[in-house]
Amino acid sequence: MTDPVLDIRGLNKSFGALRASQDIDLTLHPGEIHALIGPNGAGKSTLIQQIAGGLRPDSGQVIFDGRDVTGLSTAARARLGMGRTFQISALAMDYTVLQNAVLGALGARGGVYRFFRPVMRDADLLARARAALDTVGLTEFQALRTSELSHGQRRQLEVAVALTLSPRVFLMDEPMAGLGADGSRRLMEMLDDLRAQAPILLIEHDMDAVFALADRISVLVYGQIVATGTVDEIRANAEVRTAYLGEEEDA
Amino acid sequence: MRRETLLNAAVLALLLAVPLWAQATDEPFTITLATRAVILAIAGVGLNVALGLGGLVSLGHALFFGVGGYAMGILAFHAQSYTTLIDWPVTIEGTKSMPVIWLVAVLASALAALGVGALSLRTTGVYFIMITLAFAQMFYFFAISWPAYGGEDGMSIYVRNGFPGLNTMDPIQFFAVCFGLLLLVLLIVWRLSRSPLGLMLGAARQSEARVQALGQVPYRLYLTAFVISGAITGLAGALFADLNRFVSPTMFSWQTSGEIMVFVILGGVGRVFGPVAGAALFIVLEHSLGGLSEFWHIYLGAILLGVVLFARGGLYGLLAGRERAHD
Ligand SMILES: Nc1ncnc2c1ncn2[C@@H]1O[C@H](COP(=O)(O)OP(=O)(O)O)[C@@H](O)[C@H]1O
Ligand SMILES: [Mg+2]
Repeated sequence: MTDPVLDIRGLNKSFGALRASQDIDLTLHPGEIHALIGPNGAGKSTLIQQIAGGLRPDSGQVIFDGRDVTGLSTAARARLGMGRTFQISALAMDYTVLQNAVLGALGARGGVYRFFRPVMRDADLLARARAALDTVGLTEFQALRTSELSHGQRRQLEVAVALTLSPRVFLMDEPMAGLGADGSRRLMEMLDDLRAQAPILLIEHDMDAVFALADRISVLVYGQIVATGTVDEIRANAEVRTAYLGEEEDA
Repeated sequence: MRRETLLNAAVLALLLAVPLWAQATDEPFTITLATRAVILAIAGVGLNVALGLGGLVSLGHALFFGVGGYAMGILAFHAQSYTTLIDWPVTIEGTKSMPVIWLVAVLASALAALGVGALSLRTTGVYFIMITLAFAQMFYFFAISWPAYGGEDGMSIYVRNGFPGLNTMDPIQFFAVCFGLLLLVLLIVWRLSRSPLGLMLGAARQSEARVQALGQVPYRLYLTAFVISGAITGLAGALFADLNRFVSPTMFSWQTSGEIMVFVILGGVGRVFGPVAGAALFIVLEHSLGGLSEFWHIYLGAILLGVVLFARGGLYGLLAGRERAHD
């Protein structure tokens, strides 16, 4: 097998007495969608944050492209090629949809410290931004203020901004939440193609989506990965069924 | 035309018409008032780069205003007393040339903003407000206890500094100089607000997590904005000193910082022309209310309270509506 793009080794993180990550090992290989599932509060977002750089792990390593990035800042990891979407949208709410996408394109291209040229006239950035908006289906909303978007549309914009970065790896925290059936299907098709560009670590609640999309699945319960495997392996895993899939029914 | 563009044009036209009318009717004091408004507007436009674009609530911009003022005062003082500024390792003399003074004022205040910003921007929120205030107070007390340059009494500069080809002692000509600089500063800030840096800075103000995820370091963006902001306010300080032909520690006082912030809030935080309207309104209020009562600041306070409670966007928010997201 090829070297993993992302290699998480023995990650631990506690909040006081709460062990949010316990000895987590996880890999992400080129071309794959690795889904991370688990009940609310299992520690999925906490894990993504440690990978992306927002949280320092208590111990363990994050190896990205063969390089130990555990000590690097969020910004440095982003520049190395981590493209992240947030569970709780972190967008510039006063900006238009297009501006947010241009922002992503600008971050990817660089040349932020330019003082005089109007950025919204930069054909290069606009083309990149519009292509990303088109991919997620937000073209007709590009002139709206982001604060006017629905919850689901903000999700789509999160994904679009990540697309503008052309990252080496996507870290997506529940990108489909609140999308509705149509939006979900569209996003699933998009992610299906996207994995060829860069592998995706996907946190997702929608089990149907996960089973349809993922190459591999890891199940996180109380901060521990209780199982990792292919879709069929996870479906068949008894521990997973009691720990997680069983709970799904009354959720 | 957009309402905001119309309002911008109206504000500038008014600011130009008043002194021209005053010139025609031989009212030099009114010209001086208008010049004061223009200079304070520049200070406010400067603060607005930090406050409006970057969301940095600096209560220490008097520091840069004062540094600009003292840059003018010190250079002109040595020129008028025929003493050298320093003798070693090279001899540097004072100057009465405005362009040179402006350059020194801008560089000195930019440097001060770099130092103050580098330290203050490690904090956020109310701590940032307090630390910027504290730095300005340090400079205030330093200026008071610096006898070489007048200490508590400040310094008088007998003749206004010169600008090639102009008689700057003529109020209307000095007004023209200041108005020209205001236009230049507005152009720079307007372009800045639409530039890549402006876009990213505004995004940092709205969500630091977002710009970090894009590979940007908010601290660096803020520091850049803070330096530009301080430099512009420093230029205003140099002009203010020239207007009064007097420099004193008051320029560093927290009241000065507060007033600069008032221009921005009155006019509209984050609107490029906001502080121009704010400073002009401030001067009008000071002049009209000041004539009514010594305690005009109480009325000003009431008006400010009204703006903060009922018209968050200031004059611009009231008259031009919400800012357009982009053109
Ligand atoms: N900064 C924090 N401080 C304290 N507790 C936290 C913090 N962040 C998350 N937690 C807790 O850690 C657990 C895991 O949270 P999270 O990673 O958001 O779960 P998930 O994304 O799987 O729903 C939860 O119990 C949550 O309350
Ligand atoms: Mg979560």
